Amino acid sequence: MAAPVPRAVRIGKPLLFLAALAPFVLLLARIFQDDLGPNPVETLNRYTGDWTLRFLLFTLAVTPLRQLTGWHLLIRFRRMLGLFAFFYACLHFLSWIWIDKVFEWEEIVRDVYKRPFITLGFASFVLLVPLAVTSTNAMVRRLGGRRWRALHRVVYVIAVGGVVHFLWQVKSDIAEPALYALILAALLGYRLWAYRRSPAFGPVL
Amino acid sequence: MIKRPDPIRAAEITDQAVYRARRRFLEGVAGAALAGLGLEASAGSPLAGVRRGVVTTDEKPTSLSDITRYNNFYEFGSDKTDPAKHAKDFRTRPWTIAVEGEVARPAIYQLEDFVKPHALEERIYRLRCVEAWSMVIPWVGFPLAEVIKRAEPTSRAKYVEFTTLYDPKQMPGQRPGLLGTGLDWPYVEGLRLDEAMHPLTILAVGLYGEVLPNQNGAPLRLVVPWKYGFKSIKSIVKLRFVERQPVTTWMKSGPDEYGFYSNVNPDVDHPRWSQKYETRIGEDSLLSRLTRKRKTLPFNGYADEVAHLYAGMDLRKYF
Repeated sequence: MAAPVPRAVRIGKPLLFLAALAPFVLLLARIFQDDLGPNPVETLNRYTGDWTLRFLLFTLAVTPLRQLTGWHLLIRFRRMLGLFAFFYACLHFLSWIWIDKVFEWEEIVRDVYKRPFITLGFASFVLLVPLAVTSTNAMVRRLGGRRWRALHRVVYVIAVGGVVHFLWQVKSDIAEPALYALILAALLGYRLWAYRRSPAFGPVL
Repeated sequence: MIKRPDPIRAAEITDQAVYRARRRFLEGVAGAALAGLGLEASAGSPLAGVRRGVVTTDEKPTSLSDITRYNNFYEFGSDKTDPAKHAKDFRTRPWTIAVEGEVARPAIYQLEDFVKPHALEERIYRLRCVEAWSMVIPWVGFPLAEVIKRAEPTSRAKYVEFTTLYDPKQMPGQRPGLLGTGLDWPYVEGLRLDEAMHPLTILAVGLYGEVLPNQNGAPLRLVVPWKYGFKSIKSIVKLRFVERQPVTTWMKSGPDEYGFYSNVNPDVDHPRWSQKYETRIGEDSLLSRLTRKRKTLPFNGYADEVAHLYAGMDLRKYF
């Protein structure tokens, strides 16, 4: 018999779902109105990439916020945030192979192989897949909590990969990717600090 | 915290018919012989006495609103929409231009005196950015060759080095730190003397028959249509004739990414992206790309006119 779901979670989850879907709905509206600015391909790539990174950072913000505020219910929202990061990453990947590269597989493969920032972005995307696949309760049980947690620590690598992927492709102005890097450094730095204070708890997810 | 550029709505784009009608009206405005080059000249003032159709194309010119709102002009910020926002109050008068180095007649000119000897021509050129997007732009300007002849280069002059204004007070992108755009200022570009003398190379003072808007490089910019856009340096304050190949701003920023020549070449990729195709600004919608990608042409389609300049050169090595 499962524990009753707290009201904050019961109401909060659908609300969060709608909020997290809003950037996608907005994007669809802009596509249908042909309102993606003078360079729609660039806009689409940037937009989907931006939201992938943002959701990765939202996901990584859950643990520090929980521990700092003591509001432990936050953990009940983390899976959804992580899956939305994966959802926007899929859109980002799709926009690249479909709209940008028009399924020219030869060129796509060459890009992944030849251009380090694409290699990194692609690798980060591939690493997201096992995390998305193992996001169900049944999967957590099958793997066992300890192994599941170890696997899902890959998200640190993915987030660093995503931020560097962004940093690597700007021509000279690093202000915006640097902002993402700064936030990520704070989120990961917090974990390091918490772990060093009480290693007994094991690395904090 | 994280800014999103305002999308441009279709309704905001100047209709070509409206533009043509306005231009016919402006052409009828008499007595504006040097309008736009007076002291009170500002972007959008009509330029009179412009010879039409000197170089043209059957491709559709990009709308004025796209040309003036989608810019790379890092002195005013690195976002495409920054220059239109931050160059609004940029002062282009008074403006001096220094011609110096290996020339018999070095001089410092006021802009008006610099431009006066030249007949203005409209030239509709393709512009291909190194970022794989392109436009078709009706420039107004005159051949750089005329300026070079006037300066009388010495036998030691092998290259021309161009410099953009340095003025961090007016140009936020030139400020240090995260506010800036991470380039080495002032912006420097260069051409080999024969490239600079080529009849397609112009100095532009206008577009769409009007004085050049600030965000497009007012009051005076270079246009070299067979090279990537960043070679066409904006807001020029100095032309220096030199013996050695100049080191340009983008060469310093990324030596393996931005070469001195930077000729448009679909067969030589940028290390981080392909140069085979391009997106024509304002024309290639998402859906149109799915059926037909726009191929980039060698030398941006000007190969017949300029390929001979590079005979025998390995274009991969001299990228």
